[in-house]
Amino acid sequence: MKRIVIIGATSAIAVETAREFAKDGAALFLIARNQRALDDLASDLNVRGASANHTACFDALDIASHERVLEQAFQALGEIDAALIAHGELPDQEHCQRSVSRTQDSLTTNLVSPIAFCTWLANYFEKRNVGNITVITSVAGDRGRQSNYLYGTAKGGLAIFLQGLRNRLTPAGVTVTTIKPGFVDTPMTRHLPKGPLFASAETVGKRIHKAMLRGEAVVYTPFFWRFIMLIIQHIPECVFRRMKL
Amino acid sequence: MPKKISARYQSWGRYPQIRNEQIAHMERITGPLPLPSDGGTLLAHGLGRSYGDSCVNDTQWILPCAGFNNFISFDAATGTLRAEAGVSLATILDVFVPRGWFLPVTPGTKFVTLGGAIANDIHGKNHHVAGTFGRHVPQFGLLRSSGEHLTCSSTENSALYAATIGGMGLTGVITWVELKLHPIRSPYLNTRTTKFRNLDEFFDISQESDAEFEYSVSWVDCTSEGNNLGRGLFMAGNFSERSRSKAPAELAIPFPCQAPSYLLNSFFIRSFNTLYYNKQISRVVEGLTHYNPFFYPLDAILNWNRMYGARGFFQYQFVVPFEQDRGIIKEIFARITRSKRASFLAVLKTFGDIPSPGLMSFPRKGVTLALDFPNDGEPTLRLMNELDKVVMDAGGNIYPAKDARMPSYVFRASHPRLHQFIPHIDPRFSSSLWRRVMETA
Repeated sequence: MKRIVIIGATSAIAVETAREFAKDGAALFLIARNQRALDDLASDLNVRGASANHTACFDALDIASHERVLEQAFQALGEIDAALIAHGELPDQEHCQRSVSRTQDSLTTNLVSPIAFCTWLANYFEKRNVGNITVITSVAGDRGRQSNYLYGTAKGGLAIFLQGLRNRLTPAGVTVTTIKPGFVDTPMTRHLPKGPLFASAETVGKRIHKAMLRGEAVVYTPFFWRFIMLIIQHIPECVFRRMKL
Repeated sequence: MPKKISARYQSWGRYPQIRNEQIAHMERITGPLPLPSDGGTLLAHGLGRSYGDSCVNDTQWILPCAGFNNFISFDAATGTLRAEAGVSLATILDVFVPRGWFLPVTPGTKFVTLGGAIANDIHGKNHHVAGTFGRHVPQFGLLRSSGEHLTCSSTENSALYAATIGGMGLTGVITWVELKLHPIRSPYLNTRTTKFRNLDEFFDISQESDAEFEYSVSWVDCTSEGNNLGRGLFMAGNFSERSRSKAPAELAIPFPCQAPSYLLNSFFIRSFNTLYYNKQISRVVEGLTHYNPFFYPLDAILNWNRMYGARGFFQYQFVVPFEQDRGIIKEIFARITRSKRASFLAVLKTFGDIPSPGLMSFPRKGVTLALDFPNDGEPTLRLMNELDKVVMDAGGNIYPAKDARMPSYVFRASHPRLHQFIPHIDPRFSSSLWRRVMETA
């Protein structure tokens, strides 16, 4: 895996994955919201051994612009071996409950935008009969909970989309990897009190790198979330609906 | 509203317990600085490996900086690395050892940031040939509460350069660092471990070996008495000239939980020290050792500080000038042995006379001893107060990066250039240590 596009590249988890690819000497195309943060990251990855770094800015709410940044990536790298889609936001649940437009924006950022990228990437890789698409979803998408079901809706919907995409692309030899991180200590969760279940962005980022190289299907990270979510998914609804989660 | 602090922002010795610290967040290392609206002070916090209270700011604000960890540039011709100050030494080793570069100076843990390494002007096993960390930092960036971004070097903002090296984070936030790396041919060292039966033997071996070895350090048994007073193992090494790149697997085992406080009793410590002293039968053992076990033996056990239980522990490190009869250092060993407050890990080393650019830097020519004591409350504090007197009488000084209890008079005596340092402190920066040691007695 030598040529990789990373969307949401300056997110804490994606940075750690990119650093692993830099160590491998990969060529990276970095896409994110803020150009200065992209420049800093590109310098960092060059020092760490990435062979060349190109960057582009994008706005997740502007779906029409997505195709253009991907075009830039295809042009800069020539060909692409894999893509990591890592952007997202943790919306304020209570705010969304009061505002439909906020709800809509958060669904655009967390669901529609990644699906848009996947659509173009899937067609690209399908033609070549090779490639990997990796998307960061969340354990929050495994069951709706009152504290963050809007975030969960987007991430759960995205996981279903990826399941279908994997089903479609497997015969073409293209792998689709769904990453389901648990709690990760990043700027997105800065406001949350940290417990023992929190993992570092580095741990999760390294795991994603490994999953991409192997073309794994569904990866819970850290691994124990698979068991936690298995239990949570199997609590009967008559009990679950009364729980404060 | 002040929030309950998460355990991450405690110091490594977990003493004193921090009750009420607030966390300020900065989006980017380029600022702007999130100055607390309540008029409180800030303190940059890296990886929290300082033992005492120099890396905490109880009742005030902490500014986490370990996340600012981008490399900026590297010049392979000169070994000059530029990086944001939150980059850890572990990351530098990870990226640069395979390319034939090592840290110019490293402490006994690699889990410290560049910013922390400068703020404490750390030293290592090569002090006698390389001096302190600050000597290998030609320049760095400093963000002041005025909003100014200053480049500090020996020629530009030179007063702030001198005040910030060893300045305990009180002069502002170190934003980026330029560091000269040290070329190596191999990640392995040719090592020699020599047993010494007492302190006189230590000084003899040390004198002979310092010319021959770039790195040296000794472990001392603090539980033996009489003729065996100060027996131990002298460990020295040089990077191997033969290139060999294959590294052994690095295994880091987390210390699983907080140990009960009674675990590290004197019987246990005594047994450990005896076993460790006798781990080699012959007087001299030579070998080839990877840099990780040589420099960072304790990093193999993550969170080893939990071994000391909920009450935490103290570190005590001092340096005293060399003297003919070695009476001071012997007296200190005798006092520790008599007190039965054995130290689990006692580390002895001689410092060379290479001066640091820092005003507040700890190392100076002489012999340094680092001890750790489980926190048994009053008796432990009393022992350290007694040791203070001996060290002060000998014209020695004490290392603030490891301290959680030294009285104001000891701090002042340890820092003869304090009056030159104070004018450079940023008014919106402070630490628990600083407020403690500047209290008028």
